[in-house]
Amino acid sequence: MKTSNAKAFWLFVGPFLAGLAIFAYLPIGWSLLLSFFDAHNTVTPTEFVGIDNYLDMLSDGAFLQSMGTFTLFALFIVPLTFVLSLALALLVNQISFARTFFRSVFFLPTACSYVVASLIWKLSIFNGLRYGLANTVLSWFGIEPIAWTVSTDPPWYWLVLVTLRLWLQLGFYMILFIAGLQRIPQHLYEAAWIDGAKPGWQTLRHITLPQLRATSVSVVLLTLIAAYQAFDEFYNVLGSADGYPPFARPPLVYLYYTALGSGGQDFGHGSAGAVILALLIALVTLLQGRLFGFRRGE
Amino acid sequence: MSSTPLSRRGFLNAAGAVALAGAFGGLSACGSNTGRGGNGGQGLQQWYHAYGENGVQQAVERYAKAYTATPVSVQWNPGDYSSKLSTALLSGGGPDVFESTLQISMVRANQIVPLDDVIASAKDDFAATVLAGHTVDGKVYGVPQAIDMQMLFYRKSMLDKAGVKPPTTVDELIDASRRLSTGGVKGLFVGNDGGVSTLGGPALWSVGLDYVTPQHKVGFDDPAAATAIAKLRELNTSNSLLLGAVKDWSEPDAFIQGQVAMQWCGLWAVPAVQKALGDDFGVLPWPKHSGSGTPSVPVGAFGAMVNAKSKRIDEAKAFVKWLWVDRTEHQEDFNLSYGFHIPPRNSLSAKADKLKSGQAADAVRFVKEHARSSNPPDWTQAMRTAFQDALSRVVREGADASTELRGAVAKAQDELKRLYG
Repeated sequence: MKTSNAKAFWLFVGPFLAGLAIFAYLPIGWSLLLSFFDAHNTVTPTEFVGIDNYLDMLSDGAFLQSMGTFTLFALFIVPLTFVLSLALALLVNQISFARTFFRSVFFLPTACSYVVASLIWKLSIFNGLRYGLANTVLSWFGIEPIAWTVSTDPPWYWLVLVTLRLWLQLGFYMILFIAGLQRIPQHLYEAAWIDGAKPGWQTLRHITLPQLRATSVSVVLLTLIAAYQAFDEFYNVLGSADGYPPFARPPLVYLYYTALGSGGQDFGHGSAGAVILALLIALVTLLQGRLFGFRRGE
Repeated sequence: MSSTPLSRRGFLNAAGAVALAGAFGGLSACGSNTGRGGNGGQGLQQWYHAYGENGVQQAVERYAKAYTATPVSVQWNPGDYSSKLSTALLSGGGPDVFESTLQISMVRANQIVPLDDVIASAKDDFAATVLAGHTVDGKVYGVPQAIDMQMLFYRKSMLDKAGVKPPTTVDELIDASRRLSTGGVKGLFVGNDGGVSTLGGPALWSVGLDYVTPQHKVGFDDPAAATAIAKLRELNTSNSLLLGAVKDWSEPDAFIQGQVAMQWCGLWAVPAVQKALGDDFGVLPWPKHSGSGTPSVPVGAFGAMVNAKSKRIDEAKAFVKWLWVDRTEHQEDFNLSYGFHIPPRNSLSAKADKLKSGQAADAVRFVKEHARSSNPPDWTQAMRTAFQDALSRVVREGADASTELRGAVAKAQDELKRLYG
């Protein structure tokens, strides 16, 4: 009995574990190794350079700037996503009419490819020509067309990128919140009403939000990591065949060009940057866990 | 398919992956071949990126079939060719023969072999600038296959109507752009980034500077560079540039549709522009800065190279020699029968009827007189990023040109020190 249990365990877990080892842990380990070598155009480097790559990256103004920019971006996008997806969840959870329909409608963008959505945003909604959707709307009010993804003063590209990200990810976090909302026992609300609590802000503040604590912490955590790992929509909206502009450049885009750019591959610096970024994400996550606590709400 | 502009831009700038290529490349890049070098001992394997023009794939397959000494199988690679190629070269399982622009890192990492003996018999016949783009440390690593170049297109009728002469200096160009910008038409289109990625080189060349000097020093460590870059800023603040177009500079759509009077584009667009506008357009090099500078056209060329990890280096070299050096009719057919390129060999470009008149003849003359390498082998990604970042801050955000360039010069110096000691 015992051996067949073990067999079954390995049969089911083994393939997954092997995949994880080969496609996740091995590359991570290899990348760590590369970060200590001069690895130009090779993944089997021989020239050990110690922590030189790390020092280079930490004194690289462009890399530091991209990390700074995306810390700001996180400070902005995390609360925004949180509030909006929670609001959506509360609304959708409350209506009695066509609830499944609305839930699906808001969730659907999550299934859309980032690349496809980026192209729609860039080429059709926010293109800089007169007949772009956004510019057509502006023209009704007599406003001149704006080059959305190009203009740096004011930086309209943030409007494009933020609306795109919100559209893509709100639905997903909304579903998380709905799941959390449905786990709150109805009798808590009933007890509160009997005790005289008014429905609305009072119940939200004292019952719903505390009960959602575990979900909230996960949502903040996931949006935070996603903010630092931004790549797809930025690369596709602002990048071109000729490169990526220095503004709104996510750390991953910068590292991508460092490691795999066309003028030669530099895996040493690229890997060092990736490790630094991973450490930063881990640090911020731990800090956030310390502040809000994962388990306290349960 | 949408690979025409992508392959063009890749062709000229080899500037890495692009949205569409990245998105669809993964899906479409499955050829029938496994991509392993040596092909199981059956023959040579040769890689091309996907050319946009009809018939090129059949043509290169026909050339390969005509080679009798060794069997050659051709692999056509749609999507993000440069990433795919560099990965293949890294893994040791790449093709024996392939086309690429030359980067010094490929030489330093011993990924390709010198082809001096292959090209020796015809070396003087190849256009010098193009050959220089395939040379590192005095050795030739790629046999140029086809020249592509960028230049300025202008609408004759629009200039006439506005009483504007084709500009011969940068100031005249800015002035023309301003005066041509009327009634919903913009004066000039140089790319959605305001020319940051296209005009950095032309700006340096317009004042007689360059990316990197032949002595391996930074070529734009000079006050004149800041002056030249400041002109791009002036252009961007003239309110006469088209920005945010659906198709970027490498496609002539904005020009053809009359959204602009002038556009920075390339030789490849000539057939489409001719078809749409007939003879109502002219072409120019990027003008000189003022009296003392020089006009320029950026040129680039894919060259045939031999993988140093191939098990059949000698056979591969013999094939490249046969295909691109001995048999000139292949180069002629390849350049002139499908799209619109200039053969790298002077003897061929001189006798091509298609290149003897009109805008094409102008383009050939520009290449002869004003060609500059759009992507020199020792202009690395780190230098490019630093330079373009500086340019972008100046041109798009109004930062101080000399301060920004200082940072780019320092970065380029570090890189050159790493490369040449």
